[in-house]
Amino acid sequence: MTKVSMTVNGKTVSGEVEGRTLLVEFLREGLGLTGTHVGCDTSQCGACVVHVNGEATKSCTTFASLCDGAEVTTIEGMANPDGSLGKIQQAFQDHHGLQCGFCTPGMVMSAAALLKDNPKPTEAEVRHYLDGNICRCTGYHNIVKAIMAASGQDVSIAAE
Amino acid sequence: MPDGGIGAPTKRREDLRFLTGKGRYTDDINLRGQSYCVFVRSQVAHGRIVSIDTSKAAAMPGVIQVFTGDDFAEVGSIPCGWQIHDRKGEPMLEPAHPVLARGKVRYVGDAYAAVVAETEAQARDAAEAVEAEIEELPAVIDMVKAVSDKSNLVHDEIGSNLCYDWGFVEENREATAKAIDEAYHVTTLELVNNRLIPNAMEPRVAVGDYDETNDHSTLHTTSQNPHVIRLLMGAFVLGIPEHKLRVVAPDVGGGFGSKIFHYAEEAFVTFAAKQIKRPVKWTSTRSEAFMTDAHGRDHVTKIELALDNEGHFLALRTNTYANMGAYLSTFSTSVPTYLHGTLMAGNYKTPHIYVNVKAVFTNTVPVDAYRGAGRPEATFQLERVIDKAAREMGIDPIEIRRRNFIQPDEFPYQTPVAVSYDTGNYQATMDKLIEIADLDGFEERRAASAARGKLRGLGVNCYIEACGIAPSNLVGQLGARAGLYESATVRVNATGGLVVMTGSHSHGQGHETAFPQVIASMIGIDPSMVEIVHGDTANTPMGMGTYGSRSLAVGGSAMVKATEKIIAKAKKIAAHILEASDQDIELKDGMFTVKGTDKSKAWGDITLAAYVPHNYPLESLEPGLEETAFYDPSNFTYPAGAYACEVEVDPETGQVEIASFAAADDFGNIINPLIVSGQVHGGIGQGIGQALLEQAVYDDNGQLLSGSYMDYAMPRASDVPSYVVDHSCQTPCTHNPLGVKGCGEAGAIGSPPAVVNAVIDALHRGGHTHVSHINMPLSPSRVWAAMQKS
Repeated sequence: MTKVSMTVNGKTVSGEVEGRTLLVEFLREGLGLTGTHVGCDTSQCGACVVHVNGEATKSCTTFASLCDGAEVTTIEGMANPDGSLGKIQQAFQDHHGLQCGFCTPGMVMSAAALLKDNPKPTEAEVRHYLDGNICRCTGYHNIVKAIMAASGQDVSIAAE
Repeated sequence: MPDGGIGAPTKRREDLRFLTGKGRYTDDINLRGQSYCVFVRSQVAHGRIVSIDTSKAAAMPGVIQVFTGDDFAEVGSIPCGWQIHDRKGEPMLEPAHPVLARGKVRYVGDAYAAVVAETEAQARDAAEAVEAEIEELPAVIDMVKAVSDKSNLVHDEIGSNLCYDWGFVEENREATAKAIDEAYHVTTLELVNNRLIPNAMEPRVAVGDYDETNDHSTLHTTSQNPHVIRLLMGAFVLGIPEHKLRVVAPDVGGGFGSKIFHYAEEAFVTFAAKQIKRPVKWTSTRSEAFMTDAHGRDHVTKIELALDNEGHFLALRTNTYANMGAYLSTFSTSVPTYLHGTLMAGNYKTPHIYVNVKAVFTNTVPVDAYRGAGRPEATFQLERVIDKAAREMGIDPIEIRRRNFIQPDEFPYQTPVAVSYDTGNYQATMDKLIEIADLDGFEERRAASAARGKLRGLGVNCYIEACGIAPSNLVGQLGARAGLYESATVRVNATGGLVVMTGSHSHGQGHETAFPQVIASMIGIDPSMVEIVHGDTANTPMGMGTYGSRSLAVGGSAMVKATEKIIAKAKKIAAHILEASDQDIELKDGMFTVKGTDKSKAWGDITLAAYVPHNYPLESLEPGLEETAFYDPSNFTYPAGAYACEVEVDPETGQVEIASFAAADDFGNIINPLIVSGQVHGGIGQGIGQALLEQAVYDDNGQLLSGSYMDYAMPRASDVPSYVVDHSCQTPCTHNPLGVKGCGEAGAIGSPPAVVNAVIDALHRGGHTHVSHINMPLSPSRVWAAMQKS
């Protein structure tokens, strides 16, 4: 067992992990942050995306021990300080960008990483960027719309 | 009328927890003292179990107990929920389905042992140490060959790989044959409806718990219908009476049918928890999900459509082989029969229809309902053969459909395949489609595509769906072993807020938002005064759950009936307080008013009086305000619509790109258009996935070649376009109180033929007129190969 310390959503945390413990296991089982989900075992679906030192990272294929000293942000850290939904989260609700909610944390974290690097993406850029995030419910229509809206671009309300 | 009632595009309230990581899915549940279970699964498709040695595994660190099939000798078989009778009236062959395999393993993934240990890692390590000698047998994979194969049987004890040979309607057989023999033109099409893997993003999870002090079991599970699981597992498998068994399905991350069924893992963890007297948790990996979640579709079909010289349909005959997989999953037998044959009339007047289905056992994972369940298979073959017929006869594909539509004044319409459509207007949805898809502009777009070296094609088709399968007495006659009603208890609290306990289950559909909109409109209060409870047998009335687009049409109707009882009683209380006759009390905008006067009382005054009954007619009315209703529909509902897809095909590579997709649906009345659009989008996404990308592939030895997201092509955001959807054509259902029809499956039913029709159209326009069909998925290699043949 190895001791790891990291900052998760602004709080310093530490714990004992095995060499094989994945970051997602440390977050879910060690810290009780169950918003990050495991949807596959081949690093394809993106339900587990968190930010490690500001980069979108699949926590299902990242060892917890390698994140010693890192700054980690999960879906639980994405709301505004007053608890209200952050801009991307709010856009997902406004545009019905989620149904069962299982892929949603990863989608929001990926969207945040996209908009950080590319504040005004085109629809094609959004779709291309989401190749590592699978959603089975929405057909992606309203997810794309929500991300475009969160970037401040004009989209009509989704109730068409 | 309050804001946010029926018809409002209300944002979903459940999103707040899902968007902040506060959803509570089954894998988020960890119980004190919990142990972990890992299954040992067969790596061969078909084999005789010679011996299983668990001694090494049992001695490994942290192992609590290792189970094999022998531990379940006294436990029942996992039941099938629908008994089909064949053409001769004989019941289907129904082999045993053990919790853990005994004697034989029958598909790759069939579990024959399970390890329960202190941690998941320890359980996984120990599972590797279970040693089994399994004598491999030839795998039964090709279902057409399997029917006549008497030497190699999936289930030796039943003597055949043929589960049933079903005719529908058997009395139509001869007249249909005669009409086809005598017709001016007959179009024939042989096709495959490709096998799909549902892939809800949340893998299945089951946590069993046992309370020794009162002999009570609890199962937390990823289910679309917790009461159904309680009934099937309690009564048929484990022998636990319902009052000693609670099934909880909290937030569930998508289902699409695959979480309807009672799975062996659920019975295992419930049984094992009682044995070891500790909670037992199983979390499926995605790899396990690929090889153990029930698959969908997998039909091989020959369809014949007979027409007169003007393109009027005279008769339709279809022969299908339907794969059941290795065991009969919960609703597997009903999918290719009553959910498929009954829809073969489509939107059209065809005097004679005969459907034959042979259901076949193979050494593959069980096949059962997947979004649409039988109805996509019916729609695909019908709409494909119509397109082919139109081309053969030189009639425009939209015109040939219009020529054969059931007309608006012909409802209710009795089809030759037993069902009676209550309402519809197929001309209207086709007109709407032409408008929203801008079909008049197609030629211009085609020319622009051609200028870029691409072949553009247009595919148009219709669909009809049947939702809310019922009534119970009819489905009972057809072989269903359950009722198909739904329930709701409406509890009004003293200060006026309401809690609705529904037997429906939301796993993405938004019941927590949409159901309160209905009650808000009925009473005239704000929807925030209503809360929805679902997913727990301990606090909801016996209900059949959510599948087949039935929640609003059946579950919503039960809620309306219970609310009507609430309002009737509240009016009596108001009449007493206002000193009037209850016949004279009106409820509007949350106020009870004596007709023609200004005497009124607010909703909250009356609910308070119900629980603080000081001024109250106690001699004639009980205190309290809580009512339950069970609603059993008198008929199915029949959503319908018209879909259009435009594709661009790259003639050099065969790559197909969806250029646009439009859907005009008639769902009857709409409660929340935001949610309805989302349901259609999701269905279209899955339909495009079936048409272009997805395919479960078994090799001849029964190995699943498409067993991960590396091999099974799930649609990604870049594979699909933005969709144009419309549901303004509304012919309300005539037999449920909300006039709603259901919208959950339409997209998945209507979209695959639109995509394939469009690709065939593109190839024809590109001069490849010899191509009459390509089987799904329309991968670049298949499309390219089709273009090369001449």
